[in-house]
Amino acid sequence: MSVALLDIRRGGPGEAPRRQRYEVPFEPGRSVLDGLRWIREHEDPSLAMRYACLNANACKECMMLLDGAVIYACTARLEEREMRLDPLPNKPLLRDLATSIAPPDERPPEPARPAPAP
Amino acid sequence: MTEAMPGVRGQGAAGHIETDVLVIGAGGAGLYAAIEAARSGARALVIDRSLIGRGGATVMAQMTVAAAIGTEQPDDWRDHWRDTLAAGRGLCDARLARLLCEDGVEVIREMDRWKVGWARHADGRIRQAFAPGHDRPRCVYVDFLSTGPAVSRTLRTQAQRQEGVQRMGEMLVTDLVVSDGAVQGVVALDLAHGVPVTIAAGATIIATGGLTRLYRRNSASANMAGDGYALALRAGAALIDMEFVQFFPIGHLAPRMVGMDPIMWDPFRYKLGGRLLNGVREEFVDRYGSTDSGKYVTTRDLATYAITKEVAAGRGSPAGGAWLSFEHVPEAVLRENFGPVIDRLAANGIDLTKTAIEVAPIAHYHMGGIRVDTSMSTGLPGLYAAGEAVGGANGANRLSGNAITEALAFGRVAGREAARFAKGGIAWDAAKAADGVALARAAGPARPGWNPAAGFARLQDIMSDLVGPFRTEAGLAEAASRLSALAAELGEVPPGPPLPHDLARADWFDLRAALLVAETVILSATERRESRGAHQREDYPGLDPAWETNQVLTLDGGALRLAQRAVVKEAA
Ligand SMILES: Cc1cc2nc3c(=O)[nH]c(=O)nc-3n(C[C@H](O)[C@H](O)[C@H](O)COP(=O)(O)OP(=O)(O)OC[C@H]3O[C@@H](n4cnc5c(N)ncnc54)[C@H](O)[C@@H]3O)c2cc1C
Ligand code: FES
Repeated sequence: MSVALLDIRRGGPGEAPRRQRYEVPFEPGRSVLDGLRWIREHEDPSLAMRYACLNANACKECMMLLDGAVIYACTARLEEREMRLDPLPNKPLLRDLATSIAPPDERPPEPARPAPAP
Repeated sequence: MTEAMPGVRGQGAAGHIETDVLVIGAGGAGLYAAIEAARSGARALVIDRSLIGRGGATVMAQMTVAAAIGTEQPDDWRDHWRDTLAAGRGLCDARLARLLCEDGVEVIREMDRWKVGWARHADGRIRQAFAPGHDRPRCVYVDFLSTGPAVSRTLRTQAQRQEGVQRMGEMLVTDLVVSDGAVQGVVALDLAHGVPVTIAAGATIIATGGLTRLYRRNSASANMAGDGYALALRAGAALIDMEFVQFFPIGHLAPRMVGMDPIMWDPFRYKLGGRLLNGVREEFVDRYGSTDSGKYVTTRDLATYAITKEVAAGRGSPAGGAWLSFEHVPEAVLRENFGPVIDRLAANGIDLTKTAIEVAPIAHYHMGGIRVDTSMSTGLPGLYAAGEAVGGANGANRLSGNAITEALAFGRVAGREAARFAKGGIAWDAAKAADGVALARAAGPARPGWNPAAGFARLQDIMSDLVGPFRTEAGLAEAASRLSALAAELGEVPPGPPLPHDLARADWFDLRAALLVAETVILSATERRESRGAHQREDYPGLDPAWETNQVLTLDGGALRLAQRAVVKEAA
């Protein structure tokens, strides 16, 4: 079976970043987002990334870094090779590949107390 | 009414916010509602589980919006109303359909003043295109295939400008807070931080859109799991017409494309016709009582039927659908009509002059939803609904272009009426929110081997295979039993602890909502022993005049109750 190897930065703010690698089935035409959703459904539902529209490239939520360059995960294609995924570097990190991308006046307020440490 | 803008104040570890009008969902309906509530003097807070104006169906809509503005040809909302009632096959709530058509004219004009950019003729008149089911050209649009993004952007800008509107994304509403039958606000999970938040509101509007994510192949976003229906039902409101899920016949199936909307072939067919062919490359729609030679006249339900039957008879395309061919259309004509879209297809390796593509039916819209009156009130004091979340206006089948009009027109009414109700003040009984807060923050035991994302996919498979456009008593019963097994696995609390941007936790809440909503669809579909519009029973083919009645669902002591209600007809 041909596979794509996704090398993903995991962890939240203040945690020591770690990298995790997943093999996902490769089929021509599939997107990076397809691969990430495959991981959540088959390997690890705790993986965090942003997306809403899945395929239409309308919501613009799925921005992240692929090999250091900004992409939309739903339009970048999966390839039969190792692909390195990182969260956007210039946005506050939420967790894994998810960052806080909404304009500041459209974000939830900072909680009165920090969330309990996981 | 409160003096200050909605603000956060400490309340235990859960943040607490107060507002006059709370709007859940920032699509077309929710944003219009928030603007209108603020214009009516209320402080409005519009929240969304995703980004503001990006999370739902509105931003994805590509095509057209129907309203009798009469710029292409003389038109009257009464004619639009008549067409809407005819498409609904006897089940429309005539008062809601009238509101859609009559107020639709005003909201489309207001959107024009807000510079949405409706396509125009050289002489400045707004263009209106023809769409199936309308008796004349009635549908406005924004080029090229940009209607939804333009509508969303315009409303978001207007909401930014409107004093008194606050916007907040990444808030997943998990429960309504009800005290003595009145809705006082909500419990939400702040997805960014992974903490519960309570919001007290003088009035609450559900504008969460539809349920198409219940199906494996759907045209909408990951946020359309029917949340609003489940919230309303659990709070004590009623749902109507839940059996009517609209399938879009020619959703893209293969080859895999990226960056394209799966319903994109509809405008191609409007403009260029195209040929629908089975696996052995024959035209087949005429076998099912319609014609399809090059023109696009077949209704959505009939085309869905024809494709499904060909596939079942072993005459499907390789990926299990039908071929759609534009091979006979010259490249220059394709380009003239779809300019940049042709390049996007080329980037996907698709040359329409050389290859046909494969299409198949895909879940697209829900006619049913929360039962409301013409003030968008659910009947529960303090609870309103708007947009696709509302049922009744479109009956058994929706006319093309009516959904965005519905979202905008109903949003406007809901905003105005909720603002009026909110003058009665904000009440908050924190004890009534306690269970919801506890659930939102619950750290249930880790459950290795149980995957909520896989659970949701299983629900989608069950719904697609057994509760699609064609139903049988046995299939529906099988679906009900498989879903109850899934419900048993869900358990009482989400595995914890909550994390920032915790998709697994969101999946758990989505699955909880979707299981309840799926049950309402199955129950209504089982009971309706006839075929009408989007609900087709293989074991009860044909429309039965005795079934010209709506079905209404409520939750009674944890059990669903189904009742028949006479259709609201109004003399024209
Ligand atoms: C691909 C596509 C094309 C379409 N094309 C057309 C067209 O050409 N013409 C037409 O008239 N109609 C079209 N439709 C239908 C139309 O777009 C929708 O019916 C309409 O936009 C619904 O608007 P809404 O505001 O009710 O809901 P939506 O726009 O779907 O917004 C609902 C919002 O609620 C949020 N939400 C959901 N649950 C929660 C929760 N629990 N907590 C917080 N927020 C929540 C979602 O994130 C979302 O942002 C199309 C639909 C699709 C999917
Ligand atoms: S998922 Fe919406 S743009 Fe990528």
